[in-house]
Amino acid sequence: MALPKHTELHYRIWHYFYLTICGFVFFFLIAPLFVIFPLSFNAEEFLSFSDGMKSLDPDAFSLRWYKDMIYGTKNPWGLAAKNSFIIAIFATIGSVLLGTVAALGLSSRHMPYKGIIMAVLISPMIVPLIISGVAIFFFMAKAGLAATHTGIVLAHIILGTPFVVITVTATLSGFDHSVTRAAASLGSNPVNTFMKITLPLILPGVISGGLFAFVTSFDEVVVVLFLAGLENTTIPIQMWTGLREQLSPTILAVATCLIILSTLILVTAELLRRRSERLRGINR
Amino acid sequence: MSSETQKILTTDGIPLEVSLKKAERRNKIKAFLLVAPLLFFLIITYVFPIGDMLMRSVDDKMVTEMLPKTYKAMEKWDGKELPEEEVFKAFYLDFRQLVDEKREGKLSTQLNYTKNGFKSIIKKLRRKSKNFEEGNYKEQIMAVHKRWADVEYWKAIKRRAPAYTGQKYLKGMDMFKNENGEIVSVEEDRRIHRILWLRTLEIAFFVTLFCFLMAYPIAHLLATLPMKYSNLLMICVLLPFWTSLLVRTASWMILLQQQGVVNDFFVGIGLVADDARPEMMYNKTGTYVAMTQILLPFMVLPLYSVMKTISPSLMRAGKSLGGTPIVAFWKVYFPLTIPGIGAGCLLCFILAIGYYITPALVGGASGTLISNQIAFHMKSTLDWSFASAMGLMLLAGVLAIYWVYNKLVGIDNIKLG
Repeated sequence: MALPKHTELHYRIWHYFYLTICGFVFFFLIAPLFVIFPLSFNAEEFLSFSDGMKSLDPDAFSLRWYKDMIYGTKNPWGLAAKNSFIIAIFATIGSVLLGTVAALGLSSRHMPYKGIIMAVLISPMIVPLIISGVAIFFFMAKAGLAATHTGIVLAHIILGTPFVVITVTATLSGFDHSVTRAAASLGSNPVNTFMKITLPLILPGVISGGLFAFVTSFDEVVVVLFLAGLENTTIPIQMWTGLREQLSPTILAVATCLIILSTLILVTAELLRRRSERLRGINR
Repeated sequence: MSSETQKILTTDGIPLEVSLKKAERRNKIKAFLLVAPLLFFLIITYVFPIGDMLMRSVDDKMVTEMLPKTYKAMEKWDGKELPEEEVFKAFYLDFRQLVDEKREGKLSTQLNYTKNGFKSIIKKLRRKSKNFEEGNYKEQIMAVHKRWADVEYWKAIKRRAPAYTGQKYLKGMDMFKNENGEIVSVEEDRRIHRILWLRTLEIAFFVTLFCFLMAYPIAHLLATLPMKYSNLLMICVLLPFWTSLLVRTASWMILLQQQGVVNDFFVGIGLVADDARPEMMYNKTGTYVAMTQILLPFMVLPLYSVMKTISPSLMRAGKSLGGTPIVAFWKVYFPLTIPGIGAGCLLCFILAIGYYITPALVGGASGTLISNQIAFHMKSTLDWSFASAMGLMLLAGVLAIYWVYNKLVGIDNIKLG
């Protein structure tokens, strides 16, 4: 954003003031994440920068908290990670299946009562999580599914489907329905048409919806707090307990791993979004 | 020509209109069948349970079912003077039944909620009633304790007669129904819930305002910078967006604690003395700072998507027509961004009003919101019907805001990522 040469002084000052403000806001957004990084390599037990760290003394850094995370006997991070991944994967599969099929129906121009049905389908996203947590807990307790993996997976499917419905409906809104009619006129049955024509075209939307569902489940703590027993502990639950009781550097090691994971997810989601935009551009 | 022959027929001899209608109906059913699995899944696991919350929040059958004969006999009682022998007899019979089933403890807890002082007199009645003689129960019960001869206690029992009650909702607003059936507020120093509601609104409002003030310039920068720079800066918005909420809260806890990075920095530059480090966590400040950073991406993204569509030539046109940049901005650019502002603000506000995790971790006692109170009653006091009532009051508020959001922006405009 270079300014033209003839810019008057007070606009010049205003412009740099504006850029400085933007700089502060970006710093405010991103800096907290980067504090965790170096502190997770702290050799000591404190959660602030030691003098050794400030002078970049190699002895002040260590991998001890990462070792503690993996081998520590008191830390059930292994079980938590296993549970988190199992629950998130099944919840994602469930959300994607239910959400994609529902989005196909919703995008049909024949769909009756579209507005109200859409409102019901995305309501878990709008209703505050604490209320969803209470309601889902009542259901799972009655159905005998409290403190089971099945119960948590079902709860996360409820919370994850709205994201899939929204992303897939958005992808389908740019979808040229004449290609499916063309396939049908060439003798393809509906299932075949869906697998060979529709699905490849809407796949970016489906996958990015799936990523949202995965992250929602992987990061979800409010509902799990109501539902989980000791056996069903997840990474967010362990972090929640750790943050409430005692901030230990092991949590920072876990947090660093989670930031790396979210960076990977972000990159995937961005690549998919661009691919989807490109594909839809061709359709137009 | 008769009207019969004017109708267009398909090759099967069916009128075209009928055939089309049939096809239309088939398509409708097909579309609905696709939506049906998710719809029914959500109705069973989500919509009904919210209805269940509603039932729980107004349910007051317990006492009604424990004293069926008493309430039957009380129907004729005008509730002014002490009731007749008939009521006392019915109450005695109900009470003996409860004692046999060992449920009189529950009755005393429940009645004690309505009026203090029931606990001890029910205990006494249990002991004495074993030796009651047949007939004249009024005299015998009244002889147990002088409170049994006090009409106020019988009125209190009668108040529990209806199977449904709005009492939990009144309690959520620090009100209750007094002896005369009037709705009154509790004493000034016990109005904890009103403080919480107001604080929730206040925090949600200011967090939304801070988010807006911070998001507007950077959304503008992102929308006007050339692609290759803006993509890089966009990562600063999207990375926090995708990062675990607990990770972000944890990083604020590290930054804001008394021996934390921010305080170290303040001491380092000499802003505060080492022994006078300010408390920035476990109070409102912590909630404000952490929630603003966490909700900021939800404000930036809708603003950005609206600003992206505004052509830069509009601002140039405004300036070329003689407006100063400030006038051009205020008269041309700003009005065009209002849909984005509406979407971002309402989204932020809805999210903030129901926040639970971050206030619970960094808010301390003065920075917690209504959600924390709901969780407290779910987990600690186990007063689930009260938690349900508070949850539904919050839900009603959110739905009202959501309705406004839908009117102004439309639900279809929710953008992700």
